[in-house]
Amino acid sequence: MSIDTATAAKVAKLARIRVEDDALPALAAEFNTILGFIEQLGEVDVEGVEPMTGVTPIRLKRRDDVVTDGNQQAAVLSNAPDAREGFFAVPKVVE
Amino acid sequence: MSDLSSLTIAAARDALRRGDVTAADLTEACLREIESAGALNAVVHHTPDVAREQAARADARLRDGDAPAMCGIPLGIKDLFCTKGVASQAASGILKGFRPEYESTVTAKLWDAGAVMLGKLNMDEFAMGSSNETSIYGNAVNPWRAKGSDAPLTPGGSSGGSAAAVAAGLCLAATGTDTGGSIRQPAAFTGITGLKPTYGRCSRWGIVAFASSLDQAGPMTRDVRDAAIMLQAMAGHDPHDSTSADIPVPDFEAALTGDIRGTKIGIPREYRVEGMPPEIAQLWDDGAEMLRDAGAEVVEISLPHTQYALPAYYVIAPAEASSNLARYDGVRFGHRAKLAPGDGITEMYEKTRAEGFGAEVQRRVMVGTYVLSAGFYDAYYNRARKVRTLIKRDFDEAFAAGVDAILTPATPSAAFGLGEMASADPVQMYLNDVFTVTVNLAGLPGISVPAGLDRRGLPLGLQLIGKPWDEAGLLNHAYALERAAGFTARPDRWW
Repeated sequence: MSIDTATAAKVAKLARIRVEDDALPALAAEFNTILGFIEQLGEVDVEGVEPMTGVTPIRLKRRDDVVTDGNQQAAVLSNAPDAREGFFAVPKVVE
Repeated sequence: MSDLSSLTIAAARDALRRGDVTAADLTEACLREIESAGALNAVVHHTPDVAREQAARADARLRDGDAPAMCGIPLGIKDLFCTKGVASQAASGILKGFRPEYESTVTAKLWDAGAVMLGKLNMDEFAMGSSNETSIYGNAVNPWRAKGSDAPLTPGGSSGGSAAAVAAGLCLAATGTDTGGSIRQPAAFTGITGLKPTYGRCSRWGIVAFASSLDQAGPMTRDVRDAAIMLQAMAGHDPHDSTSADIPVPDFEAALTGDIRGTKIGIPREYRVEGMPPEIAQLWDDGAEMLRDAGAEVVEISLPHTQYALPAYYVIAPAEASSNLARYDGVRFGHRAKLAPGDGITEMYEKTRAEGFGAEVQRRVMVGTYVLSAGFYDAYYNRARKVRTLIKRDFDEAFAAGVDAILTPATPSAAFGLGEMASADPVQMYLNDVFTVTVNLAGLPGISVPAGLDRRGLPLGLQLIGKPWDEAGLLNHAYALERAAGFTARPDRWW
């Protein structure tokens, strides 16, 4: 599996990370090095093996479906780069 | 190094309880050491006011006779832990200015026990790195230097600031986190003890997430007893983290008898990797001999899927990171890029993340995005999770056959030079984790114990791997190894 610059650009787009066009060939080369390394996993016989989902067979704990927290608008917004009138502010999303 | 700031937790605890020293004395001694250790770049956010206030409260508790073991003990905290009102940046530009409105569970437990926060410690960005060189603050520096050389060495990563701070006597102990070796490798590089508990032993709540199925917090300390004492205060179930285990936390310090007669130590033949430096091989053999002399039976074991651990890790960890780091979008916290006229929300995300994430983090997020993308999910991510099952099964079978603990080297080399890996490809750096990463994949507890010096006078560590939830037994084996190895070397002060 070899990654070309078009695939690298697509992955960057999916990851929402801006990569300038002139940086794409180097990025694709790095991807290929890393993917070449993980390609070894293809040698392992995983027939009939279940994917590991947890480290120990402990069932996830459940809790009562009740409100335990809230009314913390100021705290929630305190680190926002742009907050106005009690909301997070972002560039216009809908025309 | 001042005498007070170089105490073990156990010695300081006993002196505090006797009234020979106060928490304020210990704290001032550490603050002075930190002031004069700028060259190590270990402490990246200083909190002397918090420290003095906590020390005063600890002294009041000690006077009242209400003093848990950690009461009055000055600590450094890895920058990955959210600490209320104190910068918590994960050494990333994207969290510049972030001051959490909440406290991580692990640090909250330490403060409840009376511990003192001296400051936040350097690390690799988002804990992604093995040399501390991906930090936005610039790298921390190892207090150790090779004999006759003044070349700066890495303290390891990702918990490199924690390791450097403990080794240089800036604090009595520090918190670390370990996703693929990030406690154990820096501990080995700096001649200290580093414990990664069983996955789920410590709550992950309030610790900036890297790879949620692998991340685990643990203590970085001067010796094994201190690791037992500090883990005691950090461990326990937390309703805020559904993966934290609701099982009893035993008395770890009480388990340190040093008596390991009749236990069985496994030596995994697959860890004798090609090109292993003779000094590492010798150290490993010596360690096995020490445990044998202490009365343990040493047996060769096989962990046949070992060679696939690193590639599986470098699928699973980036995949989970790409998902966890999706939250850094310039909306709720941290950095937001300056936008050009006409830029919409997608440009905001893309520019913010390009500016805020360093090169290694970007690389891992994109690799993770790729292995999770449509058409590749089964080929990479699901296959890696199946391989992980097999890696865990290897360990299960060894333990089922009667092995109590497994002995391996902690790292493939001593600390290397800062900048030495600059031109290497990323995979070369990943090989640092070859002995430690299996433990995260299997969720097991592992500890790095300083066991010797190489010919250049640099510390080397041995790793012991324990059964799930058997930190007590693991610590006791580590204690026996520590006593036999008798490692007392300290770095010569140059900073």
